[in-house]
Amino acid sequence: MRFFPQSRWRALSLLILCCSVSLLAGCDRSSEALARFHSIDITGAPYGHDFRLRAPDGSERTVADFRGKAVLVFFGFTQCPDVCPTALTRAADVKRLLGKQGERFLAVFITVDPERDTPAILREYTQAFDPSFIGLSGDLAQTQKTASDFRVHYAKVPTGSSYTMDHTATSYVFDPTGTLRLAVSHTTTANDLAADISALLKDAAASP
Amino acid sequence: MNLKHNLIAILITSVASLAVAQVTISEPWVRATVPQQKATGAFMQLKADQSMRLVAGKSPVAGVVEIHEMAMDNGVMKMRQIPGIEIPAGQTLALKPGSYHVMLLDLKQQVKDGDTVPITLEFVGLDNKKHTMEIKAPARPLNASVAPPDAHKH
Repeated sequence: MRFFPQSRWRALSLLILCCSVSLLAGCDRSSEALARFHSIDITGAPYGHDFRLRAPDGSERTVADFRGKAVLVFFGFTQCPDVCPTALTRAADVKRLLGKQGERFLAVFITVDPERDTPAILREYTQAFDPSFIGLSGDLAQTQKTASDFRVHYAKVPTGSSYTMDHTATSYVFDPTGTLRLAVSHTTTANDLAADISALLKDAAASP
Repeated sequence: MNLKHNLIAILITSVASLAVAQVTISEPWVRATVPQQKATGAFMQLKADQSMRLVAGKSPVAGVVEIHEMAMDNGVMKMRQIPGIEIPAGQTLALKPGSYHVMLLDLKQQVKDGDTVPITLEFVGLDNKKHTMEIKAPARPLNASVAPPDAHKH
């Protein structure tokens, strides 16, 4: 009590508070940055740096292949009647809402169910939402590694006559430099997400 | 005296059965699929005058029909088959994205936008009797933005 008089506690609390705010905002961001996005700003996250999966045309794709565009990444499976179509529909709505900017936005659908989601099915599936969207897959080991790299949980669960996949419903967004920037909740609206993507695209256009 | 009572009981039961089989199904729709896609969901609004349970379904487009519930658990989507859904008397139960749906599995054909999908639904009432109702659900595009029709109700 004697060593830590009240004024010191106050100063210490203030210091801790400031540090927390700075950590949240990122080292050289102003506190205004905190309110910039509707989605969760995960810039600098120590995960989700890259993927290496196969596109339906057989080519290998990594995050670098999409440089110059904002990319929304969603993990799901085509037998999903609810969350996956909703997330991809929202992405298609975002592209439309962005207008001309939408040319620099696309969604990447990574299947957590490569046993059933063949490249042919993936191609048809993503095309149904937007021709620019692309579905990626790997073998079981690659799928596991990719999901783990993105801290995405998924599990094969028997149900009734078949099986379903539990999976994290969060979408991730990479900016045009290929940096992971946002974690998007499943409940975020298309309007809010479009505003976030627009901000990322504007930033990229502004920096040389 | 016994016979009279029995006859009255039978009469009342028959009338009650007729009255119970009243389930209103509105705004049914099925999500369209891409070729080779093996499963999809059907959504609708259910209302009954008396407490009913949706327990099963059949459809010529699907080898298997199940009742499913979708739940989000800490950001993880989980879908499970459930044995039935309770439709509380007088209330509307919505089968919609984010909640319940009728799962059409082992699809025998592609469900195209604009198709009409016949589904026979099985209900069980308080009398434990099975009641069936057939609906013709229109297929909506895979990327149909779902505007919940009863959003203002809850």
